[in-house]
This record gives sequence, structure tokens and C-alpha cells, in this order.
Amino acid sequence: MTGFILRRLGESLLAVWGVVTIVFFVTRVLGDPAALLLPIGASPADIAQLRSQLGLDQPLIVQYGQFLLHAVQGDFGMSFQHSRPAMQVVLERLPATALLAFTAIAFGLIIGGIAGSVAALKRGRAIELVVMAVALLGQATPVFWLGIMLILFFGVNMGWLPTGGYGSWQNLVLPAFTLAVFVSASIARLLRSSMLEILKEDYIRTAKAKGLLRSTVFFWHVARNALIPVVTMTAILTGELLGGSVVTETVFSWPGIGRLIIQAIEAKDFPVIQAGITLIATIFVLINFLVDLLYGILDPRIRARR
Amino acid sequence: MALLEIKNLTVQFDTPGGVVHAVNDLSYSVEAGETLGIVGESGSGKSVHILALLGLLPTPPGRIVSGEAWFDGQNLMAMSDRALREVRGGQIGMVFQDPMSSLNPVLTVGRQLKEVLVRHTDLRGRALKDRMVELLDIVGIPHPEARLSQYPHEFSGGMRQRVMIAIGMACNPRLLIADEATTALDVTVQAQILDLVRKLKEDFGTTVIWITHDMGVVAELADTIQVMYGGRIMERGPVRPVFHDPRSAYTWGLLNSLPDEGARTQRRLYQIPGSPPNMAKPPAGDPFAPRNPFATERCRAEVPPLREVGDVPGHKVAAWYDLPALLAAQKEETQ
Repeated sequence: MTGFILRRLGESLLAVWGVVTIVFFVTRVLGDPAALLLPIGASPADIAQLRSQLGLDQPLIVQYGQFLLHAVQGDFGMSFQHSRPAMQVVLERLPATALLAFTAIAFGLIIGGIAGSVAALKRGRAIELVVMAVALLGQATPVFWLGIMLILFFGVNMGWLPTGGYGSWQNLVLPAFTLAVFVSASIARLLRSSMLEILKEDYIRTAKAKGLLRSTVFFWHVARNALIPVVTMTAILTGELLGGSVVTETVFSWPGIGRLIIQAIEAKDFPVIQAGITLIATIFVLINFLVDLLYGILDPRIRARR
Repeated sequence: MALLEIKNLTVQFDTPGGVVHAVNDLSYSVEAGETLGIVGESGSGKSVHILALLGLLPTPPGRIVSGEAWFDGQNLMAMSDRALREVRGGQIGMVFQDPMSSLNPVLTVGRQLKEVLVRHTDLRGRALKDRMVELLDIVGIPHPEARLSQYPHEFSGGMRQRVMIAIGMACNPRLLIADEATTALDVTVQAQILDLVRKLKEDFGTTVIWITHDMGVVAELADTIQVMYGGRIMERGPVRPVFHDPRSAYTWGLLNSLPDEGARTQRRLYQIPGSPPNMAKPPAGDPFAPRNPFATERCRAEVPPLREVGDVPGHKVAAWYDLPALLAAQKEETQ
């Protein structure tokens, strides 16, 4: 088990390093930030001076080495736009993104869990058709469109909720709901198919033959096994949402990481882009690592193989 | 007195290919303390009728058309789901085939044994744990205490089957039903399991229904044998007369397709011609008639009733023909 954890940690670090490297070289291809940062008509001498200030006049490989050296210390340089350490700028946005992500995931799990279970247990009934149709619709609806419709209805027409912004629970409702629709639809569909598989298993018949209560059969035998693939999907969704839901954050003017990075890309604010992407990659890899550990707890067969 | 009495049980499946007549007007009874061996190939209705009477048949596609199943004075078929759950696992224990898939892979063996005890008995705490250890010990699992905290994948096939039997026996059921319980096991393990079941019968007086396609297992274990085909009983009776004086051509075919034990003579094993009937389009008469070289016109037209035959009481056959006479005539012809 210790060997497994160490190996997985090593793999995780490698993955983060890969992402950071790609981001570094891709941002270098995008253009010269020095030319953009200075007002139009700046003299070549000014540009050259800024380039040397930013270290952009050095060979690429040296810049990369410097970048890595600083990056492991959490130093991604100063944000061009904000004139503050880039990582600090990114981290400031993390709570907003995390709040939105976890709210959406929590509601998505509750709604999707109930909907998926109902659909599986009421196989062949009208309710299954209704649930699955709604879930399909929820998964297929573009997030930006849903967001705008919600703003129009609840924000503009009814005036019940703010159309955007951040600070109170009222601000959270619409963006969280927008994301929860997608999350719950995905989870409902996966959980249903997973449960239908499990319901066919011989050990479910064994459980029923023991005369166990329906709730015992459902929670201990059906759900316990059907949840394993759902855990993976939840982890992937959590990772994606923690990386900032670009569209939702933009539509609702939510001050999260996704919106920050989009703004940084538009402004060619390399340090913020690099810090942001590195943070997202780290979070994603970390969650995957935790899921692998969780797998071992959920499924003893996997534990045994390690 | 009969512990279980099944009357006119008919089960069908609604499939895209039509209605499958899985169990057809099945009636029989099992006496308390008796061991009944039910033999038949797949599709004979031997497993389906058991699932139906315990409320374990998936419906749909399954459908119980008619029938009663009297167990200990109660009609199982008329019981509510709730009442039936009290009986299942408590008074009627089940052991299923394929121990690889019949245990939940993510729960410990102890947990799976415990839940049936907690459900049907008042044992808790120390007494519960002691009973669990005792059960694994009874079915011959070494180091029972340590084994309780292990998962099914840490057990061999034979050991898992023992766990299944321990679960089936946990609440001292009056009736134990085993469905192909030794089929997935190799011969030596199978022999151990059969020994174990015999011992459990002796020690606890449990009534047993043993479902198998293996005539050898029935010969070893059962008091009464019941041969099923096409959802009907073809022949039934005490093991000895049925084995030595079969009256159904199907039983005769099954027995002649077995190699003689210990015999050195090279005999060509009998092969029953044809294949199992398509029960979506069941034959009009005797379901075995299309494969039966002795079948008469009447066999093809009319379902034969189960009638007493031979000298031993309880030996019954569903056939219009007289097998011993036909066999004797055949022998004369070849000579």
C-alpha cells in the first residue's frame, strides 16, 4: 500500500510537471507581452528594456529553467495586469470557484443520486422515462444558454435573484443551479446504468434470498457497488469545476479562476495564466490521487491487487 | 406431513419471441426431513419454479400464472412481500450456484453472514459473533474467526460455497434449497460439500431440496428423485427404484448417458437425440415426445398425467407408453 501511494504520488508530480511545461511553451508562442504591455508607439529601446526586465531576452531554455526553479517555490512572477504576485492573484479567486464548485457538486449528487436510483428501481415505468428524458435534456442543454435563460427569468423578469456578482447566497443560487443541472444529469444517467448492471448480479438475488429488508438490499448491496463508477465521474467533475467553470463564471460575472484565466489570456498576462493553469492541474491531479485511494476503500479487490 | 406442497404452479416468461412456458401445472410435495433431488437440464423449470415460490423471480419478464405453495400451513404465493421476507433466509435457506458471483465482492464474509442472523434472530453482540464463528466452523472453514473479516475474493471456490451454505443454514431453516450448489466445483470439493450437507441433515434434521443436472449427486444425497423436463415432472420416486427401474424414456436416457462406475467394459454412452424443446412453442403432448424414440401418437397429442407405477409406493411417471415392455421388445428384436 505504501509503495502504491509513493508510486501514485510520483506519477502525479510527473503529470503536473508535464502540464506546466506545455503551458510555458504554448504561452511563449502566443506573442510578445512586452510589445502589448507598452502603449502603442513605444520605442524599440523601451520594448527591449522591458523585455530584459521581464527576462524575455534570455534563451528560451534558460527562461524555462528559471521558470521551473521559481515555480516549485510557488513564485510565478508578478502579474502584468495586477502588479502583484501571480499566484496570489489566482489563489484569491480560489474560494469563489470552490464555493461554486462544491455547491454544484453537492446538489448535483443529491439530485442525480435520487433521480438515478429512482430510474433504476422503477425500470420500465413511466417515471423512468420522464427522469431519463429530463436528464438527457439537462446534459444536452448548453450551460451558457441555460445561464442566460435563468438570468432572464429569475433575474430580469421576476426580479427574485441578482443577475450576477458575488457575496451573498442569492448570488450563488443561479450559477450553482446552472452547473448542478449538468452535474446531476450526468450522475443520474451513470448511476442508473450502473445500478441496472448491479441489479442483475447474482449477489443481489442472494441478498433478497436472505430476506433482507429492501432498504438493506438497496443501500448495502446495490448502491454500495453501483457507486464505484459514480465516484470517478464525481471526481472528474469536481476537478473540472474547481478549475473554474469558464462559461458559467463569465455569464454570471462570478469572480472565479475560470473568468480570471480568460481575462489573463486576453491580456497576455503570462504569469497569471501559468500560475492558474498550474494550480488547476495540481488540483486535478490531487483529486485523481484521492480517488485512487478511495477506490481501495470502496473495492477490496483493488486493494488486494496493490 | 408435507413441509412443502406445491399445487398446479404455472410460470411463464413474456419475451420478444413469445410467451415461454417455463413451468407447467407443477404439483409435488416434500415431507419434513426428506431430501428431494430435482434433476433436469437447463430450461426444465427446476430453478425457475423455486425462484417463483420464494418471490425471487424477476417480474417482468416472469409471470406466475397460477399455483399455490403451502409451506408450514401458509401459502407462499398468497403472501405479502413483507411476510415472504420473514420466511426467506429464516425458515427457508437458499444456496445458489456459482459461489464466485453469489457473494457481494465489496462486503466481508462476516458482514454477509451477520446480516442474515441480525435479520432473523435475536442474537447480538458476543452471542452473534460466537454464532458466526460456529457456523463457519460447522461448514469446515479453518480459522473461522480470522476468516470473518476477509472478503470473498480471499476465499477459494470451495470455501466460498461453504460460506454460502453457512449463510443458507445460519438461522436453522426448516427447509434448505440448494440450486446447482456444487456444479461450479471440482469433484473432490464437491464430494466434501456433499458430505457436509449429509452431516448437516443428520445433525439438524433439515429438509433439503437439491437441484442439479447431475444424476450422480442425486444418487448420493437424495431420498427422492424428481426428474423434470419442459416445466413438468417426467418421473418421480424413491431413488433406488427410479435408478434401477426407470419408467420414463427421459430418465432412462439420462441414466444411460452416464458412464458405469467402476465398469471396465467399453460401452458407447447413450446420447439423447435432438435438443431441449423451445418452450415458446411447447409440443402439444408430452414435452419429451419429439426426442423420444418410444413416443406414440398419443404422446404427441396429449399430456400424460403423473401416475403410480412399479412395486414401490411413490414411484410415479408421466408417460403413455410402458417403458419396461418396450425395452424388453427391443432387446428381443436385436437378439
